[in-house]
Amino acid sequence: MIAPREEFKSWQSGVAGNGSGNGSGNGSSYGAVRSSEAKLVKKTDDSLGGDLLEVAMGPHHPSTHGVFRMDVVLDGETVVKLKPVFGYLHRNHEKIGETNSYLAAIPYTDRLDYICSMTNNWAYVHTVEKLTGLQPPERAEYIRVIVAELTRLVNHTCLIGFLVQDMGALGTPLMYAFRERENIIDLFESLSGSRMMFNYMRFGGLRCDLPPGWIEQAKRVVANYSRFLDDYEALLSGNEILLARSQGVGVLKKDLAISAGVTGPMLRASGVNYDLRKVDQYGIYNRFQFRIPLGEHGDVFDRYMIRVLEMREAVKILDQALAQIPEGPINDPKAKLRGLRPKPGEVYGRIESPKGELGFYLITDGSPNPYRFRIRPPSLINLTILEDMCLGQSVADAVIILGSVDIVLGEVDR
Amino acid sequence: MEITPSENNSVMDEALRSELSKQGVFTTSLQELYNWGRKNSLWPLQFGLACCAIEMIAASMARFDISRFGAEVFRPSPRQADLMIVAGTVTKKMAPQVVRLYNQMPEPKYVIAMGACAISGGPFKQGYNVLKGIDRFLPVDVHIPGCPPRPEALLDALMALQKKIEQQSLTGVTRPRHLTEDARSEFPIPEFGEHDLVPSKNPELWFPPTPMKKP
Repeated sequence: MIAPREEFKSWQSGVAGNGSGNGSGNGSSYGAVRSSEAKLVKKTDDSLGGDLLEVAMGPHHPSTHGVFRMDVVLDGETVVKLKPVFGYLHRNHEKIGETNSYLAAIPYTDRLDYICSMTNNWAYVHTVEKLTGLQPPERAEYIRVIVAELTRLVNHTCLIGFLVQDMGALGTPLMYAFRERENIIDLFESLSGSRMMFNYMRFGGLRCDLPPGWIEQAKRVVANYSRFLDDYEALLSGNEILLARSQGVGVLKKDLAISAGVTGPMLRASGVNYDLRKVDQYGIYNRFQFRIPLGEHGDVFDRYMIRVLEMREAVKILDQALAQIPEGPINDPKAKLRGLRPKPGEVYGRIESPKGELGFYLITDGSPNPYRFRIRPPSLINLTILEDMCLGQSVADAVIILGSVDIVLGEVDR
Repeated sequence: MEITPSENNSVMDEALRSELSKQGVFTTSLQELYNWGRKNSLWPLQFGLACCAIEMIAASMARFDISRFGAEVFRPSPRQADLMIVAGTVTKKMAPQVVRLYNQMPEPKYVIAMGACAISGGPFKQGYNVLKGIDRFLPVDVHIPGCPPRPEALLDALMALQKKIEQQSLTGVTRPRHLTEDARSEFPIPEFGEHDLVPSKNPELWFPPTPMKKP
């Protein structure tokens, strides 16, 4: 029964075309009936009269990816109830955003989802640009796409490392992931001066231009990255332990995913073709040829595979963007950083961050700081359906289901 | 014979020791051997709180390789750990658990406060839910500034801690806490109260600098 899924074959390196670019993402037609679909919640009362066991996993637990608590009720090994407990990293982002000026909120967005600082920056400046009507120049848009897709590579590769570590592969895949991350972090560091908290984007542009030789270095990193992905997939995608642990585990149905507001790779693994890069076409994403990989089963393996395929598509976008990037200014001449006082109003801006739809909702009252600063974090909303995915699974599966949701607690608790 | 801790913390004459080592005779004392063993096998608690945890993981990966310093064995259980790296923002909801984890660690134990948040609250200091420094509740040995500190900074802090361990004497008034009979190794766990942690600090540990008075 255990076999790698054939349907993803056409997406992988060498076989894949350049992409249709129409956003259909017509990836697969499986039709295989899952053997484990019928595995539902077990009866909670057994004839031996055993008691249920309540376990608080977390906030200090090596598998919870930070300070997150799952209060699970177990019948033997089976999860019959799960309550997520948030708030151990509530750092008052929204309140601090309301007391600071618009510009001073940018460094705080770095610390929301601390693996993907660049996309957080972009989501926030995108919102303020929508509010003030600033338009970043061509070169700035290209640089934004490049750094956002590099961020996607960093996030997905680290996530897969952590996920596989939860399955028991201690060390090696995570070490490979961090080796590749260091190459990309070097690029970001030469760009912004920091390894993690980049603080790079500004309203209507960027803080500084690319340093000399950056494009060439980025091209080398991206070229090496596809080779790394081939290696990584050879190591993992056909691995029997990974297949046995992930196929049919943590199934998320399409209608539940839609009604719970799940976004990002989680939603696409359940087979819903929804990617803001295609739907909103913010920035200049309409200029690039790429496809949206879709899963069908919505289990942990699909979520793993969707992320691998998204990395391959991100490499395609990077190849195109690095080849096409023009010279020119990087800031809107009308842009004014300090003392920005937008007219009263409200705005919701969103982008496709590596984890899903990251949105900022600002209400302005004409003063130098926003009246309301609301963050719509993809991790938190993707986590709300954790119980639905974990019920009936074993507690060891709950760990990898949580890993496949891809949470970062800085963003969940804000 | 009473052993008195000297300036270089060695009971042996340095010139004699140097002369002996040239002859191929290596001498050591029990104290040096004990500290040498301890400082090269610091097992940290696998315990990440926020952003700094990613840099802590990066420090344990191939490029920075914390195992060069004998500290790569991240233990998930506090019972097996020697060193707590407080990597990230400690919120008021999390602070009781951090102190409890520290209490569960066996002596000798050390604390590194990694990053601006663990030192003072950092960029989130004005937040209502952020503890303004873990040294209000725990005795911190090494502070690492930065937001987040680079992995090299963590390695530097580890080396600073190793130097500190190296210089601890087994006897005398300067001996470390775990060799003192009546010293406490557990600290009271604060409660998550209505407005703040109760108590909001441990007065045995926390000595804030007194503000300078104008003449």
